[in-house]
Amino acid sequence: MGRFHRHGDGTEHDHEHGEHDHEHEHRDVGDHSGYLDTGTERVEVLEHILAENDRIADANRRDLAAAGVRSVNLMSAPGAGKTTLLRRTITTLGERVRVGVLEGDIATSIDADALSGLGAEVTLVNTSAGFGGECHLDATMVRAGLGRLGLDGLDLLIIENVGNLVCPAEFDVGQDARAMVYAVTEGEEKPLKYPVMFRTADVVVINKIDLLPHLDFDMDAFLANLRAVNPRAHVIHASARTGEGIDGWCSWLITTLEDDRHHDH
Amino acid sequence: MHELALGQAILETAERRAGGRDVRVVAVRIGHLRQVVPDALQFAWELLTDGSPFEGCRLDIEHVPAVVECRECAQRSTLDLPVLVCAGCGSFDVELRSGEEFLIATLDVAPPARQQEEVG
Repeated sequence: MGRFHRHGDGTEHDHEHGEHDHEHEHRDVGDHSGYLDTGTERVEVLEHILAENDRIADANRRDLAAAGVRSVNLMSAPGAGKTTLLRRTITTLGERVRVGVLEGDIATSIDADALSGLGAEVTLVNTSAGFGGECHLDATMVRAGLGRLGLDGLDLLIIENVGNLVCPAEFDVGQDARAMVYAVTEGEEKPLKYPVMFRTADVVVINKIDLLPHLDFDMDAFLANLRAVNPRAHVIHASARTGEGIDGWCSWLITTLEDDRHHDH
Repeated sequence: MHELALGQAILETAERRAGGRDVRVVAVRIGHLRQVVPDALQFAWELLTDGSPFEGCRLDIEHVPAVVECRECAQRSTLDLPVLVCAGCGSFDVELRSGEEFLIATLDVAPPARQQEEVG
């Protein structure tokens, strides 16, 4: 395969290794980077781009396991209803399960405030320390949050990720299971448009079903799209507003507490 | 827009693996099923390397197509949509052969004592 490069005199071209009979002069040292015969050396790396993140995620997973805490990474688009679902979850699980919430948000404490006073231990991780505010939680941010939570007093940690259908899906934070909240107001085609998140979800909570009478939403089409990218995801129909389906969701959470099948690696 | 975070991760790995040598090219391999926008990653790379020891270092992004192999009819097909399905027989019983790559493949580094190429 020819290698494209640009010369100091502005010429650009492709050529094979060894073809050095150009008409223009070779004056600029940097221009032939990649040519092993001109002095650069090719170092094979073959490391996963997120290898460092994944190492820290594994450390989080070990710490959580050592403390006997199971964890769920809760992801969705902005406004799908993660925080409302969490309020319901905390009040429904009540004293049966000691819940901690690690709340990821770009800048404000609005969501963390909404969860306070319900009996769960809540810690906020603002991601704005990143360049312009990170659009996701990574393993390092979650590690910082874990340090502020008393893990020994918890059974279940829910990591509420930043509202975003793209970026959070790529970052392992050390969770045991990945849960996704999808609102019926989002449109049936979303699994095909945001496949990474839908493909990696262990459970998809279809939220806001109380709105179905007012929408043209085609549930069968959505489920077919979801199955096409993720045939194994558990599906729960719910309304965090009315409380419908919350028991099913809480049962799923309790099952993941007791069940190792969902364990992420 | 997690490309900035990815660019940062690539830069940190390249720094670590270069051992202080001048890096001219970083080659990464990214599968079709990853949600990475190459232009956004290039832009992030320029932002991150500008004014750093990596300034001018090129980022080569190799796009790896998503290929599945059917367990029923053994046909290999290249996917466009992220639906894991055989293009031959329509079976969903397929194995993903490529498309999830997310690798820093190689670094092209200058020799320890910087070599001068041009002489007059």
